Amino acid sequence: MSQYEVTFAGFGGQGIMTAGQLLAYAGIHEGKQVVWIPSYGPEMRGGTAYCTVVVSDSRIGSPIINTPLGLVVFNRPSLEKFAPRVKPGGTIIVNSSLIDITSNRNDVAEILVPANDIAIKAGNVKTVNMIMLGAFVGATEVVSYNTLIELVKEKMGKKKDLLEMNLQVVDEGYHFAKSALRAKVKA
Amino acid sequence: MTRILMKGNEAIAEAAIRAGGVHYFAYPITPQSEVGEYLAKRLPEVGGVFVQAESEVAVGNMLFGAASTGKRVFTSSSSPGVSLMQEAISYMAGAQLPVVIINIMRGGPGLGGILPAQSDYFQSTKGGGHGDYRLLVLAPASVQEAVDLTMLGFHLADKYRNPVLVIGDGMIGQMMEPVEFPDKYDEPALPAKDWAITGAKGRKPLITKSLFLDPYALEQNNIVIHAKYEQMKANEIRFELYKVSAKNRMLIVSYGTMARICQTVIDDLEREGVSIGLLRPISLWPFPEMQIRTEAAKPNIERVLTVEMSMGQMVEDVDKAVQGKKPVDFFGRTGGIVPAPEEVRERILKLLDGKMAK
Repeated sequence: MSQYEVTFAGFGGQGIMTAGQLLAYAGIHEGKQVVWIPSYGPEMRGGTAYCTVVVSDSRIGSPIINTPLGLVVFNRPSLEKFAPRVKPGGTIIVNSSLIDITSNRNDVAEILVPANDIAIKAGNVKTVNMIMLGAFVGATEVVSYNTLIELVKEKMGKKKDLLEMNLQVVDEGYHFAKSALRAKVKA
Repeated sequence: MTRILMKGNEAIAEAAIRAGGVHYFAYPITPQSEVGEYLAKRLPEVGGVFVQAESEVAVGNMLFGAASTGKRVFTSSSSPGVSLMQEAISYMAGAQLPVVIINIMRGGPGLGGILPAQSDYFQSTKGGGHGDYRLLVLAPASVQEAVDLTMLGFHLADKYRNPVLVIGDGMIGQMMEPVEFPDKYDEPALPAKDWAITGAKGRKPLITKSLFLDPYALEQNNIVIHAKYEQMKANEIRFELYKVSAKNRMLIVSYGTMARICQTVIDDLEREGVSIGLLRPISLWPFPEMQIRTEAAKPNIERVLTVEMSMGQMVEDVDKAVQGKKPVDFFGRTGGIVPAPEEVRERILKLLDGKMAK
């Protein structure tokens, strides 16, 4: 029985919910059980938006996850709020373009991805969520690279120029995380 | 059939359409507004009726009128909205009208909050309105089950000519899970709706009402509807057993999302050698009373624990079912706070250690 839980968190408008949903779709695509839960409650404009995705080989019990294995954070308040909750041995993907601190945890794999810089270089800052999702999958392999690429094609295939950009940045995020992990292992 | 990812609220809306429920009357309220949002788009595509009423009081009476025509009608709301419909629900039970009511529960009392709760158990199962009546109450624990029970709800409403309530805590409406819809909705044959008001051409006029000023006529009506409640008790009790075995030291009774949280705790404790079983009522009325009694009576069971997102409501029915043969304990959080697995676990271990004898 294997289960992975990950929280995506950032500002409203950074594509947090979409990134989580794509991961959930990818899980379904691989025949797994999934749950996607949004932050739901009285929230302020400009406040923190987050969602949690559970991907499992078997029936999922509690959909409420207070201590996830994975965390993908897009802004500093989210890192401060969620990083202490990540399970030891877990993974934190940090958008280092906007976050100038780290989690200060030595029991998790922390990968710093300059996601906004990569997105701007690729031509559209809105692709920041796709870079972070790519990096998360690269670091954890919760779903396979091929599944992720296929899902992006399926869900974002309507606008061809945007699709190509999305595919490129997902790939970039994936490989950025892979080489960052390799560098960590060597160090 | 393919598995698609859907939010609970949207899945419930689609399920209703698949079951032929295409006449929808409602007033928006968090955390179920996506039901109406989805139906506003979908119902015109399938030739249905969508009416956003001026209030939930109006919704209740629109349901009464529309249900009288024999069409499949439904509404969705959340706790304070369902309170406003109680008068009409009582009338519909008295007039023997089939209707499906979805309640995606939020914290109360009063306007309360918008986060998940299970504090409408009393209102749902004991009759939130006046008079001698019962509702069939179904409580899903996943998005797929919300789909299945919504569809079943339309069938049962017609079968018994009685309102059916599907209740889910806010999580059921807000979370996304994979769901499958049957290609075709197959249901057992139902009796002809010879009571439906369809324009009295070639037959005597019919009257749909709950007013019986002659006490003998009113008593007779109550005897007739009571007989249906007895049939429901015989035929419609639904529940699920999870890891129930002779080794169990404790029986947990819990429903909806709360039951899934308990499952996680049970799995964790099993790995540590503590054996606990779960009985999850799916029909809250009729209540699986005998089944709880049987499981609780097993020799290894030391205590029975009821876990709810309330201050303790279903626990009264569990207590009644167990008949004092084992101690019945309660754990719950309220106000929109969902108990974490860690809290439930801690309570279980304390109870089994005897540190928290009631």
